[in-house]
Amino acid sequence: MSVRTLEIDGKAVTGVAGQSIFSVAWDNGIHIPRLCHVGGVSDVGACRLCMVEVEGQRKLVAACMTPVEEGMVIRTNTEQLLAHRRLIVELLFAERNHICAVCVVNGACELQDLAASLGIDHVRLRYRFPTLSVDTSHERFGLDHNRCVLCSRCIRVCDEVEGAHTWDFSGRGVNSLLISDLGEAWGESESCTSCGKCVQVCPTGALFAKGKMVSEMRKDRRFLKYIVTAREKHEWVR
Amino acid sequence: MTFEDLLEQQAKEIARQQGLRERIYCCTAAGCVSSGADAIKKAIDEEIKARGVGAEVECCGTGCMGLCSKGPLVRTQSDGTIYAAVTPEDAGALVAGQGANLLADRKLDPQADFFIKQEKIVLANSGTVDPERLSDYIAAGGYQALARAVMELTPQQVIEEVKRSGLRGRGGAGYSTGLKWELVAKQPVDTKYVVCNADEGDPGAFMDRSILEGDPHRVLEGMAIAGYAVGAQQGYIYVRGEYGLAIQRLQAAIKQAERERLLGSRIFEDNFQFRIDLRIGAGAFVCGEETALIASIEGKRGQPRQRPPYPPESGLWGKPTLLNNVETFGNIAPIVAKGGDWFATIGTPTSKGTKVFALAGKIENTGLIEVPMGTSLRTIVFEIGGGIPEGRAFKAAQTGGPSGGCIPPQFLDIPVDYESLHKIGSIMGSGGLIVMDDTSCMVDVARFFMDFCMDESCGKCIPCRAGTVQMHDILQRITKGEANENDVALLEQLAKLLRETSLCGLGQTAPNPVMSTLNYFSGEYEAHIRDHRCPAGHCVLPAAASSNREVQA
Amino acid sequence: MPVVTKPDVPAVKDNRERFLERAMSRHHYSGDALIEVLHTAQELYGFLTPALLKTIARKLRLPPSRVLGVATFYHFFSLEPKGEHSMIVCTGTACYVAGAQGLMRVLEHRCAKAGSTSPDGKMSVQAARCIGSCGLAPAVIYDGKILPRLTPDQLNAELDRIGVK
Ligand SMILES: Cc1cc2nc3c(=O)[nH]c(=O)nc-3n(C[C@H](O)[C@H](O)[C@H](O)COP(=O)(O)O)c2cc1C
Ligand code: SF4
Ligand code: FES
Repeated sequence: MSVRTLEIDGKAVTGVAGQSIFSVAWDNGIHIPRLCHVGGVSDVGACRLCMVEVEGQRKLVAACMTPVEEGMVIRTNTEQLLAHRRLIVELLFAERNHICAVCVVNGACELQDLAASLGIDHVRLRYRFPTLSVDTSHERFGLDHNRCVLCSRCIRVCDEVEGAHTWDFSGRGVNSLLISDLGEAWGESESCTSCGKCVQVCPTGALFAKGKMVSEMRKDRRFLKYIVTAREKHEWVR
Repeated sequence: MTFEDLLEQQAKEIARQQGLRERIYCCTAAGCVSSGADAIKKAIDEEIKARGVGAEVECCGTGCMGLCSKGPLVRTQSDGTIYAAVTPEDAGALVAGQGANLLADRKLDPQADFFIKQEKIVLANSGTVDPERLSDYIAAGGYQALARAVMELTPQQVIEEVKRSGLRGRGGAGYSTGLKWELVAKQPVDTKYVVCNADEGDPGAFMDRSILEGDPHRVLEGMAIAGYAVGAQQGYIYVRGEYGLAIQRLQAAIKQAERERLLGSRIFEDNFQFRIDLRIGAGAFVCGEETALIASIEGKRGQPRQRPPYPPESGLWGKPTLLNNVETFGNIAPIVAKGGDWFATIGTPTSKGTKVFALAGKIENTGLIEVPMGTSLRTIVFEIGGGIPEGRAFKAAQTGGPSGGCIPPQFLDIPVDYESLHKIGSIMGSGGLIVMDDTSCMVDVARFFMDFCMDESCGKCIPCRAGTVQMHDILQRITKGEANENDVALLEQLAKLLRETSLCGLGQTAPNPVMSTLNYFSGEYEAHIRDHRCPAGHCVLPAAASSNREVQA
Repeated sequence: MPVVTKPDVPAVKDNRERFLERAMSRHHYSGDALIEVLHTAQELYGFLTPALLKTIARKLRLPPSRVLGVATFYHFFSLEPKGEHSMIVCTGTACYVAGAQGLMRVLEHRCAKAGSTSPDGKMSVQAARCIGSCGLAPAVIYDGKILPRLTPDQLNAELDRIGVK
């Protein structure tokens, strides 16, 4: 494995060839905001929160999708980048109905954390208040479309790790909607194995475990990276 | 077929055509068909039968002759005259060779600016060749460029020729075609693909459609040459589902070419083999974006993916893939036949050759034109296009569709090429050119394009999916007199966000119509916001009773 | 546009199944051919029912959610039966400049929004992006035929004629 030396936010760091900027930064304690990336499944570069500046490149790049190169000089925290991230998070809040006060993951929500760390105290955009449903047909889990940010983490984990491919998106653009199988209620899905991985990786309260009260649910998102590498690293016990 | 066979067929067909007293060409492209061309062709065919002159008069359909607004158009080969607004009742006169006398009032003047200011390379056969007959294309010298490439040139030489021509992609971005071919050719992989992007989705653009309908073999030949040059054996044409006639003609053309061994295996008795299949789109503009198009051919949701890797390295099924636009492929055969140097003499130093434009909107001559790169907008709109109808004033020309901008009158004299258009905030795009007069509200035009982008956003990335919705909301409120200055500031911030962070070209360029109208027509935005007035008289606004400043306070 | 036949007459049902099967076997039941197969299915049946999607998913060995995801991504595919009549309003730029919005407003008001069918099943309304008849703007494709340079008044008259309330 060949080593790459580069600079992130003024800090000299090293990574290996093929490793993403995001991952090298993370290893070095620089936490670039993200929503669609989750360790253990493929990246899609959809949320655009991890966009960073690379010196000498005209365009911003998505840190999760861009491999490090020798001598790169990267900035992850410029005013402009922060302004972009704020606006992206505001866009999400305006897109659906994120009402934290009545959410099971209140206090442990990645969207909420993002808003807090970016200092968003109000949304300048008009809320769209779409009418979306909540699917509680599954015995153990629930799906609240109002809180879905369409990051596709659940789709990827279900397809790539569990191998069930229960989830996918229907529609497109602003009308995209998470569906199970042929759009039946989740509880009636024939492909779902009820493994619950999707619930664990969901960054918000869109996928939740039933029976939890407001602010009660906590998710474990690191299990994934751990289980997908267990066989390779012979580490079955955490 | 061998090269000799090809030349023999050509000579035979030319002799046959010269033996006819008259060949009557009916434009059977979509524009004329929608104004009744089919009935005319039928009437002429029946007339020929009724008079028993089948041996001396022939009627065939052709591709677009250009002047769609004056259609249906019919051309008589003996004197080259084009007649406008022909009806089935005229069949008798045309078959009898009496067109010049009896239809004199509808003769189009061949010396008119519309004809003499154009230069046709890609459209050279449109209107003179029957797209449903391979022999017509062969008579016009068709497939000789492919023969030359396969028999006389090495793949590298073909690429050199294309590089020397200076041809740049006609699908919008204007990337050097020769360099792209070289990139694909360099990949040390056996399986490669050539894909033709015929998903023409810009609203108001119908160039690619006309090329496919009018001269399908030209595109097939260009693709086969590309296949030879880059080392691919399979090609796909991704056509918009809406283009029924183009699909039909392409299917027929592929069959004919396969029958004559111009496609398939052992082309020109050489070891080169190349097959072409069609893939039909299903109504998604974003599938014009190359990675989305590839996903769609693979049977998936047409969502773009991150580049790099670019398709020349990893495209269809992960294999090196050459993706070019229809018009780009349409330029290939002439370049190989006449040489890259010839091509490079046309156009401007950085933009070579010609460009096909679809003229539409508030313009006298709506239709299809082809001009050398660098022709001024004024020439296109006022000379070729015949100016604005009803004596109204030119307000703006929109190029590049939803990714482009609105060009105000002060830039009428700029040369139309990639760089100049980019400099003034628009783009060449694929060639839709829509003219607007003083009755068009520029804020509403911006809203129209944003509505389009919002509708066509694939939804994968947040800035585009949610940002287009918000930008549309603001624009809509401006046209209704419900917005204030803060909204404009927000609009600008969103525009910057979409440009800089969107995943694909759709989101990255979606703000262009807004930014260019804000730049050149800011007065109109102000009028809507401050005075609740639409200068063009297009938007319906409530009276300016409640001042916006209160809202802001 | 490919002709859309109405789903009716059970007598031909077997044939349609055979045609669909043939389309799938022509593509060796490959999942890559999903869009081609959906095209064929829609041509045969007029619209895509859940049962049809399920069959296709099973035969092409694709997850059902992917099949539905593709069928709903592309606006060409319809999951609802088509109305007795159909109007496709061109909303390309040329038609927009020439007033297509006015036509759309009439249809929205009297029949249905673009992409849907009126509650009485009389009229399916669709919006198309440039039908290539820019010289005839604004244009509407009415049951497969082009109505050139249509005005809202003419449109209203035609809707009256076919009994749209
Ligand atoms: C949203 C979007 C839509 C596009 N639509 C088309 C199209 O309809 N036709 C086309 O040829 N290229 C289209 N393109 C450009 C293609 O991605 C690609 O650059 C082009 O087909 C390459 O061919 P060229 O090098 O011959 O221009 C589109 C790009 C984007 C981002
Ligand atoms: S920019 Fe728009 S169309 Fe392109 S990937 Fe993002 S959401 Fe999809
Ligand atoms: S984490 Fe990189 S785009 Fe979402």
